[in-house]
Amino acid sequence: MEQKEVEIKETCLHGRHKDLGAQMSPFAGYDMPIQYKGIAEEHNAVRHEVGVFDVSHMGEVRVKGPEAEKYVNHIFVNDVRGAAPGQIFYGMMCYENGGTVDDLLVYKVSDNEFFLVINAANIDKDVAWIKQNAEGYDVVVIDESPRYGEVAVQGPKAEETVEKVLGIPVKDIKFYNFATLERDGEEIIVSRTGYTGEDGFEIYGSDAYTQKVWDALMEAGVAPCGLGCRDTLRFEVGLPLYGDELSADITPIEASLSMFVKLDKPEFIGKEALAAQKAEGVKRRIIGLELDGNAIPRHGYPVEVDGKQVGEITTGYRSISTGKSVAMAMVDKPYDKLGTKVEVRIRKKTFPATVVKKKFYDKNYKK
Amino acid sequence: MSTVKEDVRYAESHEWVKVEGDIAVIGISDYAQHALGDIVYVDMPEEGDEIEAGDVFGAVESVKAASDLICPVSGEVVAVNEDLEDSPELINKDAFETWIIKVRMSDASQVDALLDAAAYAKLCEDE
Repeated sequence: MEQKEVEIKETCLHGRHKDLGAQMSPFAGYDMPIQYKGIAEEHNAVRHEVGVFDVSHMGEVRVKGPEAEKYVNHIFVNDVRGAAPGQIFYGMMCYENGGTVDDLLVYKVSDNEFFLVINAANIDKDVAWIKQNAEGYDVVVIDESPRYGEVAVQGPKAEETVEKVLGIPVKDIKFYNFATLERDGEEIIVSRTGYTGEDGFEIYGSDAYTQKVWDALMEAGVAPCGLGCRDTLRFEVGLPLYGDELSADITPIEASLSMFVKLDKPEFIGKEALAAQKAEGVKRRIIGLELDGNAIPRHGYPVEVDGKQVGEITTGYRSISTGKSVAMAMVDKPYDKLGTKVEVRIRKKTFPATVVKKKFYDKNYKK
Repeated sequence: MSTVKEDVRYAESHEWVKVEGDIAVIGISDYAQHALGDIVYVDMPEEGDEIEAGDVFGAVESVKAASDLICPVSGEVVAVNEDLEDSPELINKDAFETWIIKVRMSDASQVDALLDAAAYAKLCEDE
């Protein structure tokens, strides 16, 4: 039998990352930049100025047809009914048992057309899931991932940067809204969204357009930012990462994301399981932890009470913005209550920690 | 580019050892600090701890990840660099000047098995 090699993919900006001397690493099947100059420096650029990320690895799926809205609402836990075109929703797709297929953004193009943005690591699984469940609905599902490059321009100066450097009018695009525009003979998508807790925009276009945008931003001195600080930024404002805070084994209710689960919708996949979990209460959930001292909690480290494991760290860092050692963790009830004292096992020692809100830095969105 | 200092010996796990009498002064190489990036925490043993060559004696942590520190020699920890508690970034600034622990060796011949500068430079090149 022929051995199948796992091919590592490259985004349309790969050569540019190499030229910038980025530290590259495989992520979700792509050879991606982790950092250019350093995670802390890039993190601070986004918090205080502006930075740009290559997020071309993200997946895009278009759902079109007379029953597009009905179908999207069937596979999505949030509720897109009655939305105006141009509106964006965050939410999850769930299995019947409530476990999470993926978290995603849903862009409403029109009543008959929606644009779904999914995690790179989940593209194959998600596309199969979306196609499989479309049976019986009058829709077509198109995986447009290969067609789109994407950059995210993030930070307090994102609006001015996108307007001046890229000549894209974005002032009037509201938070979680998007516009489609003609550029270089193609249709591009610009949304006021991101994954950093700062104001910012995500721009979708062809490879050629994405390269052009990237080059213009570099020329203007905008800091290139890698996946390293993308994670520290999203973590500080309590945003989940699929694989850490969400998974096939973790429901949105357990991830403390109930606000995106609209149980008053007539139906959607996973509704019964999630409604039951909501009614009965979860046995465990994602909370925030603040450690005493400097030790750094990492994914997978045990959380203990009286020497007994009651949970584990899902993401942890020394927060770049606050300097505190903080984490998100999945813990059993009743240790999820604010103020509960626990211990985190780091290598051979344990360190005291307190349950806090899973938001370690205030979001700075422009709404 | 990272530098390789001549007058110390190296472990394959990127610690350097400088011998001062029966004391081994231990740190991490410039190559290692460069690969780790911004160091934000150094987990160190206590003075008086007994360690065996090959034991994990602590960790150096960057923003992104924790990397184990492996002791190249056996002996007793006689000093830990307390400056690193508040200023772990000293390792990034000068990995060779910034020692992490000092160990009173129980078997000084263990140092002979470590890499010299030329062999270590080749190891880094191959990685």
